[in-house]
Amino acid sequence: MDWQGQKLSEQLMQILLVLFATVAFVTGYLMGSFQIMLFIYAAGVILTTLITVPNWPFFNRHPLQWLDPIEAEHYPKPQPVASKKKPTKQYQK
Amino acid sequence: MHSFVYRANALLTFAVTILAVMCAMASFSDNLNVPSPTAEVQVLNINWFQKHPNGNDEVSLTLNMSANLQSMFTWNTKQVFVFIAAEYETPLNSLNQVSLWDGIIPSKEHAKIWIHTTNKYRFSDQGSNLRGKEFNLTLHWHVMPKTGKMFADKIVMTGYRLPDEYR
Repeated sequence: MDWQGQKLSEQLMQILLVLFATVAFVTGYLMGSFQIMLFIYAAGVILTTLITVPNWPFFNRHPLQWLDPIEAEHYPKPQPVASKKKPTKQYQK
Repeated sequence: MHSFVYRANALLTFAVTILAVMCAMASFSDNLNVPSPTAEVQVLNINWFQKHPNGNDEVSLTLNMSANLQSMFTWNTKQVFVFIAAEYETPLNSLNQVSLWDGIIPSKEHAKIWIHTTNKYRFSDQGSNLRGKEFNLTLHWHVMPKTGKMFADKIVMTGYRLPDEYR
């Protein structure tokens, strides 16, 4: 899942859950049934899980553009530095 | 949101948080319901009335109660517990409560009740104060919700009196 996909997935998850919760509460209250509220919400949570948790193709529409390897070689690689203790001792002598 | 497990965790946490909010709202919605129960209790007969050797008075009553408690039920009500208490004043205690009958009402369909019964629990006084005693019969109820706050209230019915002599 790419960066845009992760953002989309999180927003979808939050919006869908709040939406289902609202629908469930209003329906349950109007029908006078606590059970109906819980069933609608449970169905909503399962549906939201199926939509936002698996790595679906539509979460991968914005792949990262990596630099070419050739371009990277133009720049010098970082070199390992010699350890600090020995040079300081030599300098004191 | 970079991995399957991370997304599942985030979803579960948020879903349960919302569920808690929904339950809180359901509990709050009970405040919108204003119950108007009615109850009427008659003492049909004093079966017997005696003084025990230990000095306590005890009386047996036959009660007839009709009540309509349907307005207590909301969508968030699990059950209603009701009990009838005899309440009276003695020189030692300003309020004595003796439970005479109780019941659990499981649903709105069962909330219209009519009962003809002797007292289910013993009506005895710790002392010898019951002769000629004025007492109230009080219908107490506790509305037990599916989630949230429990409500309790009562209807006081006055004007009952025990006989002056043991029988």
